[in-house]
Amino acid sequence: MDYFLTEEQQMIVDIARQIADDKIIPVRAELDEKEEFATEILNDIAQADLFGLYIPEEYGGFGGSCFEIVLALEQFGRGCVAIATSFAASALGAYPVLLSGSEEMKQKYMPDVASGKKKAAFALTEANAGSDASGIQTTAVLDGDEWVLNGTKQWITNAGKAQIYSVVAITDRSKGARGASMFVVEDTDPGFSCGPKEKKMGIRASATCELIFKNCRIPKDRLIGREGMGFITVMKTLDLSRPGIAILGVGLGQAALDEAVTYAKQRVQFGKPIISFQAIQHMLADMAIEVEAARALVYGAAKHIASHPKDMSKASSMCKVFATDMAMKVTTDAVQVLGGYGYMREYPVEKMMRDAKILQIYEGTNQIQRNVIGQELNKEYTKKI
Amino acid sequence: MNIIVCIKQVPDAKDVRLDPKTNTMAREGVESIMNPFDRHALEEAVRLKEQHGGTVTVVSMGPPQAETVLREAVACGADEAVLVSDRAFAGADTWATTYTLGKAIVKNGPFDLIICGKQAIDGDTAQVGPGLAKRLNIPYVSYVRKITGFDGGALSLQRLMDDGYDEVEIPLPGLLTVVKEINEPRVPSLKGKMKAKSLSLKTLNAEDIGADPDSIGLPGSTTQVVKVFSPEFKGERAMLEGTVDEQVEQLVNKLGTYL
Repeated sequence: MDYFLTEEQQMIVDIARQIADDKIIPVRAELDEKEEFATEILNDIAQADLFGLYIPEEYGGFGGSCFEIVLALEQFGRGCVAIATSFAASALGAYPVLLSGSEEMKQKYMPDVASGKKKAAFALTEANAGSDASGIQTTAVLDGDEWVLNGTKQWITNAGKAQIYSVVAITDRSKGARGASMFVVEDTDPGFSCGPKEKKMGIRASATCELIFKNCRIPKDRLIGREGMGFITVMKTLDLSRPGIAILGVGLGQAALDEAVTYAKQRVQFGKPIISFQAIQHMLADMAIEVEAARALVYGAAKHIASHPKDMSKASSMCKVFATDMAMKVTTDAVQVLGGYGYMREYPVEKMMRDAKILQIYEGTNQIQRNVIGQELNKEYTKKI
Repeated sequence: MNIIVCIKQVPDAKDVRLDPKTNTMAREGVESIMNPFDRHALEEAVRLKEQHGGTVTVVSMGPPQAETVLREAVACGADEAVLVSDRAFAGADTWATTYTLGKAIVKNGPFDLIICGKQAIDGDTAQVGPGLAKRLNIPYVSYVRKITGFDGGALSLQRLMDDGYDEVEIPLPGLLTVVKEINEPRVPSLKGKMKAKSLSLKTLNAEDIGADPDSIGLPGSTTQVVKVFSPEFKGERAMLEGTVDEQVEQLVNKLGTYL
């Protein structure tokens, strides 16, 4: 379907598609097998100017919105969700600074993120704080001109690969949600280190580790925004970033559909290509409908969010749930269409199915997204009635 | 360092078919691409520019449609693009092509280095690079697989050979033709694409470059393609049976008939 992109948007798609086809797809299976971070491919993406798509021009970016980054992520997701996640996580780490950081902070960090010279990461999750962010144990205490951080963050994407970390820490436990603040921690700060690499089911070419803060001392001006604004910044960040996760589902679903249709046309059983059997045709038709429906919803939500509306949470959560549940179903069906071959690592759909699962979990589980949607509906209809 | 890169628009090799009746290349519906070896030449030029400063100018002799590959080259890092185009250039062989390109490059201005792909995938002659160097009276090294150094006046190179490589030095201005092992070409950048969209190409015709009408196009060509054909497959095959010894004996007898 034609979504009537502007000329510039089409350029972004074309470049990202070329990176996916020429650089990512030929090596994705090997990187997955070796659990190797795609440093070179991220350099290619940087060279193509795509790291700065969503960053304003005054900080060296392209000046686009979350829709432009969605267009690039769709192609990267079609190529490899692990590599796309590494790319997306840099944006997730940069959004808090863009949304709540001071002018000096943006000037200091954003040009290097926009050029891809430095990567960012976002650190919220802890062992006892996943869906329930109020369980955060990491603390930050002001000591003279420095904040002192202590605690451990868990499952942080780009850990050890990023140079700039947006970290949530409690500055006043008595204030509950308003007692959390966000800080920029640099990889070279004293008292900061990364744990060993986690062993994951999917997205194995992405880097996931613990972040450990042991009397980690950072200058006072590394506080992002004001003290106590941490959760507000987190919520705003996730509202902006979720369409990016949603579109990874669309790219991945499209890739699985492409594989399934290509295979069904070639595979002969009972003397005919299996695409001629209605049982297969209907599966493929459902997959195609769901991928396209998800694409339309994500594009719509991303454009809505790009217009800076007040109510972006519901659209953001809806597209994340729909597109990532779709990706899980469509990749599972693709494995089914390929049968025994689909289950083998020799074919790409096995990796796609493993990669799909994380999309329903990270950046807010799909159950939490449904909570958000339900609460928003409750609010909306209270106003109406 | 001011670098010229010669690029050619060629039919995509994946699509090449010969019309069996006319024995000419069926160009209709066949996508045109930048000659893959030229892509490596461009990448090397852009890398040299990034290291040592200067400019990269891409030059293509071809029909007006060749503008597409020139703009693509700009998207991948070239600064300027020159289209050498005139109906009078049509039918040029490599002799006439080197004459025309030489005239155009001289007309365009001073340069330090020219880089070409080792050959184009349509004609496969590998003559234009060396021929162009001769026309311009500058030294050249073909089949370059690596640039190892630059001291301001000369480049140190590795030239790919069948049995290894040569280490060669070339004073500038000079010309290189490169093999695909030299680098991994980049994808276009967003800023490059936006520049490519708005950049006005410089176009040079036969008159602009002061070409002698008898030296260009078909009249200037010393060779002509008389016939193009797809070779017929004439392979024979025979299965040998029996024990290994028996099969070997049969094979030796069979080979004997060819000696």
